[in-house]
Amino acid sequence: MASGIRDKVAIVGMGCTNFGELWNKGPADLMVDAMIEALEDSGLEKKQIDAAWLGACFDEVNVGKSAIPLSTALKLDFKPVTRVENFCASGTESFRAAAYAVAAGACDIALAMGVEKLKDTGYGGLPDFGTATGSTNRFIFPNLTAPGGFAMMATRYFDRYGLSREEGKRVLAHISSKSHHNGALNPKAHLRREVSIDQVMEAPIVADPLGLYDCCGVSDGGACAIITTPEIAKSLRPDPIYVKALQIAVTSGMEAAHNSWDGSHVETTCRAAIRAYEEAGIKSPRDEVSLMEVHDCFSITELVTYEDLQISPRGKARDDVESGFFDHDGQLPCQIDGGLKCFGHPIGASGLRMIYEVYKQLQGKADERQLSDPKVGLTHNLGGFPSGSVCSVAIFGK
Amino acid sequence: MIGIVSYGGCVPRYRLNRMMVFMAMGWFNPVTMAAAGGEKAVANFDEDSITMAVSAAIDCLAAPAISRESIDGLYLASTTLPYSERLNAAIAASALDLNENCRTADFSSSLRASTSALLGAIDAIKSGANSNMLVAAADSRLGKMGSLQEMFFGDAGAALCVGSHDVIAEFKGSVSISADFPDHIRECGARFDRNWEERWMRDEGYSKLIPKALKKLAEKFSFDPQDVAKVIYPCHFGREHRAIGKRLGLERGQVQSMLMDEVGDSGSAHPLLMLIAALEQAKPGDKLVVVGYGNGADALLFQCTDAIADFKGPLGVSGCLQLKEDLNSYQKYTVFRNIVPMELGIRGETQAPTPLSVLWRERRQVMGLVGTKCQACGWAQYPSQRICVNPECGAIDQMEPYRFSDKPGTIFTYTGDMLAFSFDPPAVYGIVDFEGGGRTQMDFTDCLLEKIKVGQQVKMSFRRKYYDQQRGIHGYFWKAVPVAELG
Repeated sequence: MASGIRDKVAIVGMGCTNFGELWNKGPADLMVDAMIEALEDSGLEKKQIDAAWLGACFDEVNVGKSAIPLSTALKLDFKPVTRVENFCASGTESFRAAAYAVAAGACDIALAMGVEKLKDTGYGGLPDFGTATGSTNRFIFPNLTAPGGFAMMATRYFDRYGLSREEGKRVLAHISSKSHHNGALNPKAHLRREVSIDQVMEAPIVADPLGLYDCCGVSDGGACAIITTPEIAKSLRPDPIYVKALQIAVTSGMEAAHNSWDGSHVETTCRAAIRAYEEAGIKSPRDEVSLMEVHDCFSITELVTYEDLQISPRGKARDDVESGFFDHDGQLPCQIDGGLKCFGHPIGASGLRMIYEVYKQLQGKADERQLSDPKVGLTHNLGGFPSGSVCSVAIFGK
Repeated sequence: MIGIVSYGGCVPRYRLNRMMVFMAMGWFNPVTMAAAGGEKAVANFDEDSITMAVSAAIDCLAAPAISRESIDGLYLASTTLPYSERLNAAIAASALDLNENCRTADFSSSLRASTSALLGAIDAIKSGANSNMLVAAADSRLGKMGSLQEMFFGDAGAALCVGSHDVIAEFKGSVSISADFPDHIRECGARFDRNWEERWMRDEGYSKLIPKALKKLAEKFSFDPQDVAKVIYPCHFGREHRAIGKRLGLERGQVQSMLMDEVGDSGSAHPLLMLIAALEQAKPGDKLVVVGYGNGADALLFQCTDAIADFKGPLGVSGCLQLKEDLNSYQKYTVFRNIVPMELGIRGETQAPTPLSVLWRERRQVMGLVGTKCQACGWAQYPSQRICVNPECGAIDQMEPYRFSDKPGTIFTYTGDMLAFSFDPPAVYGIVDFEGGGRTQMDFTDCLLEKIKVGQQVKMSFRRKYYDQQRGIHGYFWKAVPVAELG
């Protein structure tokens, strides 16, 4: 394996807007708001940014294609700016591009931005995927939605591990209820209301067996990170946060077309996690990771991610969920900021929003939500469907 | 010897009780009470004349004596074809993955289109130009809300394979009458049928032209109608249907049931549907006469051979009649047939344009459900690949075409999606593992979410995937039908 990116770049500033139904803000507003917070946090001036990357997904109804929307919103003055897109992992992809540029020595200070204005699409839930999967697939793919794609994994998971629909839904309800509890403490979260397990269980079905509270919200938001070299970082602040690992894995099409995939896990998460732990030098993730922000687009995704990240043994995530292992006061708190569940999922912003929380927690600046002395934070950002996905696993430390 | 080699039926799964129609619309036209008995077959929201014809043809091809590769012609008969320009029979032929050199043609504009197509197919074989021809017919006609036609019309498809080997019913001869008898008319582009006075339709139409054709046939081929095992003719007026038989001196048992209480009048498909029902009961040596009626009449004489005794395979009409589900909602029927405007929501409105060049390039994959099989490792895969998807193999360009439409499968996983647009929510879809290898995601149809299970068997059915109203494109693809649901 190549030497990797461990400790080669550091985050010196981050910004994150409030997430929600931001009817009065456009994508340019969100990008400017996120940048202002990040610049203030880093102590840098805008002109010191050498290059920038923009992560956004539904360009047809949002910022539009190309990097021009970012450069014009921030007035980056003819700097090198690029737009990246990789479904729901787009936010982490912009971060990865910026980190690699700094690590390569191509620039000293890079900005990664993620933004999405989902509330301008006119849809409840994500817009139609018809054009997102290419001209051939639309002839043959079912008219599937994100909840439907992940619901199929729940059906499979319940069947494989012998959970009745009721039992399975109760385990998932615990996950959503936990995240709502956490999100209630977060002023930037969209949904800030506690939800009981029974409320989750009784909610209307969106895609069987997933109900309304098994799904994350639809919201607007923006988040950004400023990345630089360890040397510059140390000169700027006493507590930069270092990138320990940054891995992505993309489907080969095997899951959807080869009968060996069992349908109750996400292969890309498994593959990205193995490489990320190796890059970060982590031997026992369950013991070494202090907190996680995982891609809980749906409660079932969070459940299988516990297993795919090697935190819980296969088929046993249920025990950890029920024992409170991932709760706020548990051994490995997950979605301490409320997760996608409470923030909603403005596609391009989510990966950076996760990094924002880990960054703040590792610096000890997470206010009411602050955990006691976390050492290693992990973010997991997943795009596509369980049967064909792109996944990023990133690890951060002091 | 030339004649019928195989048959296949398609009666859609849903049935609508006519009393339910009367309860909904009888306030407007109480006369419809007279036709409110029994039930009628109703195409699902994703079925139309092409898909029903394909379904019947697939049933027809299930007979062991028929190989798909031996079919060298497909005639499609219907008065309710989706396209005026774009050969509907060619769409059906590509769904059936028939040979490229297949002769295809649409027969339309009259309810006797199916018997005309059948005669055309027989002539093609007689001439030596073709060896095995498929004749498929289907109709899904609309009566306006509150009309008698709404009561009469049912949706169905029927298919016959004609050839010169393994014949189960030999063709003995035919007569045809052409008459511009305008009993009912439908202008180009119009959706609903319109007729002249019913008494005139019955007295001057059905009860004169059908007996005339029959008598002429009997004269020409020197047989006594009383010696015919079954006389098959359409007439959706029940009393008139019986009266025609009486006038010809036929016993009640000699007249083939019109299937009005089970299916309804399926238009151009109906003569073949009734013929199939008769073939299912027929014995060696039985004579059958079938009449196609509409702007004249075709009358055809068949005689069953010894081979009919051992003929097996298709579901046929009797099989389809057993596999039914009550639609149980007149409103649902009006939505399925697009009779009333519906608020489809933003997901129902969205329809990206169909790139026709891509559809042409990928026609075997999309229309024929043909994927690939790796010659290096043996894995079947759909959609087709150039590089093997098996991580242990990865062979490049070692693929051969592999048809999935005739392979049974099992449900790997599924969901019922209330967010995805469907005319019949929830949209049920999932992943299917095929017997013999291969896996793909598919829509499911003709099933209830509550009744399906992981591991359940499914079979493939050609259906309408979407209708792009803005551009007049009917998109077709295959869906999985859970098998236990058929029982």
